[in-house]
Amino acid sequence: MIKISNVSKNYGAFDVLKDCSTTVQKGEVVVVCGPSGSGKSTLIKCVNGLEPFQSGEIIVDGTSVGDPKTNLSKLRSRVGMVFQHFELFPHMSITENLAIAQIKVLGRKQDEAMDKGLKLLDRVGLKAHAHKFPGQLSGGQQQRVAIARALAMDPICMLFDEPTSALDPEMINEVLDVMTELAQEGMTMMCVTHEMGFAKRVANRVIFMDHGRIVEDDSKEAFFANPRSERAQQFLAKILHH
Amino acid sequence: MNYQWHWGVFLQPSASGDDTYLGWMLSGLKMTIALSLSAWVLALALGALIGVLRTAPNKWLAGFATAYVELFRNIPLLVQLFIWYFVLPELLPESIGNAYKQSNPMLQQFLASMICLALFTSARVAEQVRAGINSLPKGQKNAGLALGFTLPQTYRFVILPMAFRLVVPPLTSEFLNIFKNSAVCSTIGLLELAAQGRQLVDYTAQPYESFIAVTVAYLLINVTVMFLMRKVEHRVAVPGYLGGK
Ligand SMILES: Nc1ncnc2c1ncn2[C@@H]1O[C@H](COP(=O)(O)OP(=O)(O)OP(=O)(O)O)[C@@H](O)[C@H]1O
Ligand SMILES: [Mg+2]
Repeated sequence: MIKISNVSKNYGAFDVLKDCSTTVQKGEVVVVCGPSGSGKSTLIKCVNGLEPFQSGEIIVDGTSVGDPKTNLSKLRSRVGMVFQHFELFPHMSITENLAIAQIKVLGRKQDEAMDKGLKLLDRVGLKAHAHKFPGQLSGGQQQRVAIARALAMDPICMLFDEPTSALDPEMINEVLDVMTELAQEGMTMMCVTHEMGFAKRVANRVIFMDHGRIVEDDSKEAFFANPRSERAQQFLAKILHH
Repeated sequence: MNYQWHWGVFLQPSASGDDTYLGWMLSGLKMTIALSLSAWVLALALGALIGVLRTAPNKWLAGFATAYVELFRNIPLLVQLFIWYFVLPELLPESIGNAYKQSNPMLQQFLASMICLALFTSARVAEQVRAGINSLPKGQKNAGLALGFTLPQTYRFVILPMAFRLVVPPLTSEFLNIFKNSAVCSTIGLLELAAQGRQLVDYTAQPYESFIAVTVAYLLINVTVMFLMRKVEHRVAVPGYLGGK
């Protein structure tokens, strides 16, 4: 589904990504972790072309992201993305947030888009809030709406960039629950997160990044049982003992 | 002080005979409003466009917009007005230039004034719009793009609606400025409010009444503009965000 081959990216003299390669199979859940500044966000944004990269290749469902001939908007409409800071559109009601891209990008009818949006809103447990505005919801609620908004586009896979790290602790689980359910239904997911409980529960593989490199790319079992690199061991020790 | 107040002067027939002095003031007021409003509409449209271009990823477009802003913001308004009114007609192709110079002088004054005020103000509007766009979280643009919007769609549906809401207060002061700046246009002979006030002084020798009347008229404009913009602000307030509830 997602194939990343030898991707490198630099800002001037600074290498953000160094020769990164990995794949995410259909239905697989891959968790990406690593210290701050290691390039996780950059890598995941390269997957839907929000960040350009200088060399290497990324293929999503048979389409090359870096190819200048690729219709990036079309590709992005099929790849859901959830951000650390939710990024709902504050001037639109929740229903409008859910419907607008369906209407303007996929060309769905207003009614159809509203119906679909409401169904997904119900699924993330927020049907009662349909007519509110993002600023009137808690962070956890906003993030669940953001997930519903991405799902409304019927994505072939989902990208998450630290979806819970801007949330108060008591709201983290409501978001993780939605993500867990999604994973169990077979959604292909690439998640940047430090929630190791989530990783243990649903991940197939764990990728560990450090200084722009993919240092570890293992099955979940192997990663948690015995990470090969020292950096990953230190990192895990720090995170798990919190 | 030995000044003879004479408020009745406004009701006297004016020197031109077919009107009262109040009529002069009102026609000046109308001219100021017509000029400022038409220039404002143009300035908003142009300013929004240039402001957006300043944030464009294409460096040629962004560079063009930057040059535009610097040009129109940094040349004194009075100099710009003289250029539009005195210099530009000479630079037009001869046939068009001649036709223009033979047209109604009031029309020439009005057009030069309107274009001048519109472009000068559009540079300032553009800066506000750019600041508004840049003050939005960068993630908003990414969120729009990630949903499959094209860049223009992202501007249209995501970035601009919020950016415009953020810049309503600074735009209010630009809107007020355009009325004040329009007084400069009396220097090329346009009979707007300030010019009518001065004319009244010349004809009636009642300077206090004239300038008080002019001041009151500008004040009324100010109050009306602020009232309208306050309405706009309320109208577009976002629930749960900034000024909204
Ligand atoms: N526009 C930019 N110009 C220069 N350097 C940048 C730019 N954007 C990001 N970087 C650098 O690239 C590196 C990787 O950033 P990235 O956001 O991918 O890290 P991350 O692993 O997601 O970190 P975090 O856990 O803090 O989110 C960082 O060191 C950052 O400072
Ligand atoms: Mg990050």
